[in-house]
Amino acid sequence: MLLFILKRLAQVVPVIFGVTLVVFLIMQMVPGDPAIIMAGEGASTETVEQLREDLGLNEPLHVQYFSYIGNILQGSLGNSLKNNQPVLDEILIRLPITMELAFFSILITIVLGLTAGIISAVKPYSVSDISVMVVALLGISLPSFWLGLLLMYTFSIKLQWLPVAGWDSFAHIILPAITLGAGGAAIVARMTRSSMLEVIGQDYVRTARAKGLKEHTIIYKHALRNALIPVITVVGLQFGSLLGGTVIVESVFAINGLGRMIVDAIRTRDIPMVQGGVLVASLVFVFVNLLVDVMYKVFNKRIDLN
Amino acid sequence: MKEDILLEVKNLKTHFITSKGTAKAVDGLDFVLKKGETLGIVGESGCGKSITSLSILRLIPSPPGKIVDGQILLHGKDLVEMSDQEIRKIRGNQISMIFQEPMTSLNPVIPVGEQIAEALRLHQKLSRKQAWEKAVEMIRLVGIPAPEKRAKQEPYQLSGGMRQRVMIAMALACTPEVLIADEPTTALDVTIQAQILELMKDLQRKIGMGIIFITHDLGVVAEMCDKVAVMYAGQIVEYQTTANLFKTPLHPYTQGLIGSLPKLYEDQEELQIIEGTVPSPYDYPTGCRFADRCPFVQDLCRNQQPEIIHVEDSQQVRCWKYTDQWKEELVKEEVIL
Repeated sequence: MLLFILKRLAQVVPVIFGVTLVVFLIMQMVPGDPAIIMAGEGASTETVEQLREDLGLNEPLHVQYFSYIGNILQGSLGNSLKNNQPVLDEILIRLPITMELAFFSILITIVLGLTAGIISAVKPYSVSDISVMVVALLGISLPSFWLGLLLMYTFSIKLQWLPVAGWDSFAHIILPAITLGAGGAAIVARMTRSSMLEVIGQDYVRTARAKGLKEHTIIYKHALRNALIPVITVVGLQFGSLLGGTVIVESVFAINGLGRMIVDAIRTRDIPMVQGGVLVASLVFVFVNLLVDVMYKVFNKRIDLN
Repeated sequence: MKEDILLEVKNLKTHFITSKGTAKAVDGLDFVLKKGETLGIVGESGCGKSITSLSILRLIPSPPGKIVDGQILLHGKDLVEMSDQEIRKIRGNQISMIFQEPMTSLNPVIPVGEQIAEALRLHQKLSRKQAWEKAVEMIRLVGIPAPEKRAKQEPYQLSGGMRQRVMIAMALACTPEVLIADEPTTALDVTIQAQILELMKDLQRKIGMGIIFITHDLGVVAEMCDKVAVMYAGQIVEYQTTANLFKTPLHPYTQGLIGSLPKLYEDQEELQIIEGTVPSPYDYPTGCRFADRCPFVQDLCRNQQPEIIHVEDSQQVRCWKYTDQWKEELVKEEVIL
């Protein structure tokens, strides 16, 4: 197990190089000159040229890239082009907010998704099953920005139960977390249902019944543990799109998280900021994937991680 | 003796109601299992053997399956009429079952010791520790070496033979009165098969349970069973002691089955076969269900279903050949000729 984790950590290195390269190249390709944006409208050509020189934007691409990598290895993600502050400092302020949002969203995805899936699978084709699956279909179909606005309108503006936007208290987390977690919950619910139905038809579930176990024990002890294996995969994948979703949800609910930071940075061509933000987001995703693989092993010892 | 009767099945009918119609998988079954006795139920695939065994523990997937008629009496109490809660107390406790597929019948993610121990905690109210110790003891009893180590392992770490031994340990953990073994050795190779059968006989002597042994293997029947019920198309067609069955098989189907066995001391060019196929359970013929394949068939057989007839005290057969009507029929034919 430990060997596996170390091996996977070693694999992180090439992944991170790949990510930096891709982000670096994409940012080179997008139109707009960061020096002009930084200098502001109406700045003289000399000023802009001086800025380009200072930022090293006149260097050949590979030189720029390797100096960037060199800085990363020294623990620096560069300075923001906007306010010349270290990118890393900004990220360290923003990341906890996004992680908190992501944590509660994935919690909603898992708890809501599993519960709904089990309810459906225990009595297939019943009224409860059909209603759960209709809601799940809605959950998959609704775009998160629309769902976010809808929730905000209902619970914040009409009912005034929850705050409209911002990130000060636990109450602020609820709506964004639901918005972000709903789609995943729907997918997990559908996955859990089909996986449970398959498992319930297995011979070992019949063996469990033949032993005289209670239905409750059969479902939660014998069936669910086996049914969870494919569900874990889906939850892991879901976390990736969830990180992507923070970009939208943070914008809708005016949350100063990593996602919103990246969006703002893209708008202002703040290249070091975008690169730093994406790099950190990818790192998080890589670690979540590692966690998913370890969970596999916990739930199914047959899997040989090495 | 009436008090020796453990399990009595009366006119059991298990049907499957599907969009294609009603499949009469088990269609009017009667048999008795006594204490310490082994009853074999034999027949080809699809004749209703496994459905019979699942019906006894009410494990038929429902819908589409349903016990539509009959009684299953355990010490005179009808299992069919019991509530779900009552039948759960019987399952794994008074009546246990060993399934055909040791590979898929154990839960792949739970240590085998725990799979044995959970029934002990449930039925015998043992503590976690006591149940575990008993589970290890059971694994030892079925002849698996290093039981303490094996108990902690998951099924994938065990061989097929060991898994079936674990299944047996699980079934016998609560010392059941009735053990239903549904083709327990079919998936195993011959040496392991012999070991498992020997083990079951040995444990039967120790515990004194009644066994219902379901198989399509007549060799295993000869080895294991005191009495045999031969099933064909959802019904018992012959019911007698094992010794008599091999000596004087009554039903033409049984005669065909025994005739089709390869014989060790005779020079045989080809094995005997039974022509034709089993009728569909959705659409049984009006008369005898074996009529189309029977070498002795008469008009009588096609028109009317035969009842079970007691030929001698312990011999029962579902065939017109052993009735007075049959003799009359033959006399009629002779007159016409």
